[in-house]
Amino acid sequence: MARTIVPIGPYHPLQEEPEFFSLTVDGETVVAIDAQIGYNHRGIEKLSERKTFDQSTFVIERICGICSTSHPFAYTRAVEDIISVEVPERAKYIRTIIAEGERLHSHLLWLGLAGHFLGYNTVYMWAWKLREEILDVMEILSGNRNNYAMFKPGGIRRDIKAGDIPGVIKKIDSIVPTLTMLKSAITDDPVLHARTKGIGILTKEEATDFCALGPTSRASGVARDVRKDAPYGAYDKVEWEMIVTHNGDVFDKVVQRVLEMFESVKIMKACLTGLPEGEIDLNIKDIPPGEGIGHVEAPRGETFHYVRSDGTNRPARHKVRAPTFMNLPTYKATVVGETISDAAIILAAIDPCYCCTERMAVRSTKGKLLGRGEDLIRLSQEKTEKLRRKMGR
Amino acid sequence: MDRDSVLKEVRQRLKDDILDVFDKSAKRVYIGIKPGSIRKAAQVLFKDLGARFNIASGVDTRSHMEILYHFTFDDINLLISLRVMLPKDKLEIDSLAPLFEGANWIEREMNELLGITFNGHPDMRRLLLPEEWPEGVYPLRCDYREWDKDAIRDRGV
Repeated sequence: MARTIVPIGPYHPLQEEPEFFSLTVDGETVVAIDAQIGYNHRGIEKLSERKTFDQSTFVIERICGICSTSHPFAYTRAVEDIISVEVPERAKYIRTIIAEGERLHSHLLWLGLAGHFLGYNTVYMWAWKLREEILDVMEILSGNRNNYAMFKPGGIRRDIKAGDIPGVIKKIDSIVPTLTMLKSAITDDPVLHARTKGIGILTKEEATDFCALGPTSRASGVARDVRKDAPYGAYDKVEWEMIVTHNGDVFDKVVQRVLEMFESVKIMKACLTGLPEGEIDLNIKDIPPGEGIGHVEAPRGETFHYVRSDGTNRPARHKVRAPTFMNLPTYKATVVGETISDAAIILAAIDPCYCCTERMAVRSTKGKLLGRGEDLIRLSQEKTEKLRRKMGR
Repeated sequence: MDRDSVLKEVRQRLKDDILDVFDKSAKRVYIGIKPGSIRKAAQVLFKDLGARFNIASGVDTRSHMEILYHFTFDDINLLISLRVMLPKDKLEIDSLAPLFEGANWIEREMNELLGITFNGHPDMRRLLLPEEWPEGVYPLRCDYREWDKDAIRDRGV
């Protein structure tokens, strides 16, 4: 049978960054896959070398709109590693609160989109409604729904008012019942099981070989979490559990993220109630020559920053490694051998950032236009619908 | 395995390949190694001792091109960075991609941004830069100068 190449991109409908996937299919089955990235390469590393240490914090906050805290968090930790200082306790707690709020809204966003791709628009609506509550919390705490601008080398820029805390805790509590409902809806639905179980499996060995990170590797049974292994912020001062699931398929990646949200709620509440008094900033004046590494657990995995200082007020080198850089290549292991209607959700299951324009075109090898835009999602939703009818639900 | 035994093991296994060891803090150790021994060192750290490869970062300094390979031992909270200095007239080093997949993309990135050749890399194409980017222009090098980008626009790309 003749093989056909199905191009997806350069604006992928499921992912934030413009990416170009070419799937080589034999009938319905994907036999090879290749990706091309770089459509949104902005040269942030080079740009950062021209900014001062304080300005860089704001530049790198804009690398990603969804995980806008993880990059400044890793960067400020790298700068603090150069000087070998620890930030004040109160700053550590507030940093943790902001980082966990971000994880909550990021996971909710992903859960909603994953539901949408599978044809569960109710999940989409519920998850995004919950996300609004978290964004409101972030607005109360930092003044912004996104790009919080809370971080600076040596501490944080804005304190949390004691009067805000009860209202914030009430808001966080209010999402838990709906979250529990979503959890049971996902774990009890036989159609969803049929649709996602055993699909796109990433084995533990593959996860290690690809150096996969965060929920993507934890769903494959790799018990690695920077928050536990190399505690920073207040993660070693509050009680929480690292969630690990073992099958490595799409279903486990969904469950992984849903369960992590409950832990995030726990951490946020513990930090807000146990917030210590004191300074929030060290007022760092000079950065000596040297090099530093900062890594934090972002919603999608470990964010890694390497900063070198030559004693001037600008970084001599600033290396940024976002988690998707290591997670995305796992498509080589997960997509090959699956059907094309599953490719959409498998590629989305690693939670690559979503935010760009939705646009794509599927062409046959002769160049005839077969479909565009939402067709891949339609294909995926139709499969669920078929399954649902077959199972009589 | 605790921190001391890991470091002892690394020192023992890579005795002749190590140039210097900088024990920066409890969590960070920088080890300078010879460029020719990188694959052996990665074998010891990644395969034998079970470290996780974080990333590599290339730095263009005045005298050398420097590559740092960061490896994490999650269980003992230790980050070992292997430092390799390449002379500017011979920017070549063995690729780690045949050893493990995680090194594949970052080597492609360093190849196009810094102009380092990775011998034995299975799939050396451009990762981030567009096809129209001229050959031999490496944006992360110190001596990088803006080139005439209108040339791209005029070709209607």
